[in-house]
Amino acid sequence: MLKKRTNLRRRLAWMISAGALAVLSGQAGAEYGDVVINNYSDQAGMRPAVFPHWFHRIRFRCKVCHADLGFKFQAGGNDITMLKIIDGEYCGACHNGDVAWSVENCDLCHSGKPGTKTQVHESTLQKLVAPAGK
Amino acid sequence: MKLPKPRLSLALLSALLAGTVGAQWLPLGKDQVHDPQSPVIDILQAPGEALSQLPPDDAGNHVRWVDALRGGYIQPRSTIFDNTQVRLLDQDIVMRNTGSAAYVRFPHRVHTEWLDCSNCHDYLFQRKAGATRMNMLGILSGEACGRCHGAVAFPLTDCKRCHSVPADGQVGQ
Repeated sequence: MLKKRTNLRRRLAWMISAGALAVLSGQAGAEYGDVVINNYSDQAGMRPAVFPHWFHRIRFRCKVCHADLGFKFQAGGNDITMLKIIDGEYCGACHNGDVAWSVENCDLCHSGKPGTKTQVHESTLQKLVAPAGK
Repeated sequence: MKLPKPRLSLALLSALLAGTVGAQWLPLGKDQVHDPQSPVIDILQAPGEALSQLPPDDAGNHVRWVDALRGGYIQPRSTIFDNTQVRLLDQDIVMRNTGSAAYVRFPHRVHTEWLDCSNCHDYLFQRKAGATRMNMLGILSGEACGRCHGAVAFPLTDCKRCHSVPADGQVGQ
C-alpha cells in the first residue's frame, strides 16, 4: 500500500514536471531580439515580416541601421512600407539585389506566423512579466 | 511499473527556467514566430548554425557579442554609405546614485564600437554626466539603457554587468 502511494506520487511529480516543461517550451522560442513587423502585412494578406537582429548584427554594426538609415529604436515605430523599401529607404538601402536579396523575394522576409503582432521578442520585460505574446 | 524518482525531470525543469535548455537556438520552424508552413523555412539560416560558432554566453542570444567583435569572430560593416564616419570614444562614466546596488560603470568605448553618438545623444541621454534621470523601472519599460538592453543587447537580468563597481571602491566620472 505504501509502495503504491509512493509510486503514485512519483507519477504525479513526473506529470507535473512534464506538463510544466511542455508549457514553458511552448512559450520560449523566438531568438532574443527577433522583431516581428506586422504594421500592414495581415491586412494585405501577407505573412508578417520577421527581422532577426542576431543575423544582421553579425554583418552590420547597430549604427548602420539605427544612425545612417534612420531606424528608430522602437518595434513598429518606423512607418515602413514596401513603396519606401523599393525607393531605397529602410530595408531597401541593402535589400536591393546589391548588398542583400532584393524585394521580389517576398517570402524571405515575410515568413512570420500570420496574426503575430508587431513586437520585439524575448525581451526581459516579456520574460519577467508576461508570457510571449502572439 | 516502478518509476524512477523524478529528480531528473525536476533538474530539467530548473535548467529550462534558468534559460539554459530549450530556449537556445530553436530551429526557425519551431520558434513560435516563423510560420512553419512558410516556403522559405528551410532556406533561411538557422540561429544555431551561426551563433554556436561565437563566444558563448548564458543569456540573450547566448553569445558574448562584444567578445565576438573584439576577437574578430565577426566583422560587421561600419557603414554602407561613403560619407558616414565611425566615432570612437574611450571614456568611462561611473554612476553613483544607485541606492544599495553597486555603482554602474558605463564604458563609452564598447558602445561606440557598435553605435554612433547620435543614437544616444541627445535623444536618450543628455551629454552632461549625471544630468539624465533614470531608474530601473523606466529602464525595464524600455527607457534609457532599456532601449537596447533587455531587447537586443544583453538582458536586464544580468544586473552585475552594469552594476560592476563596488560602492566603496572606485568613484568619480
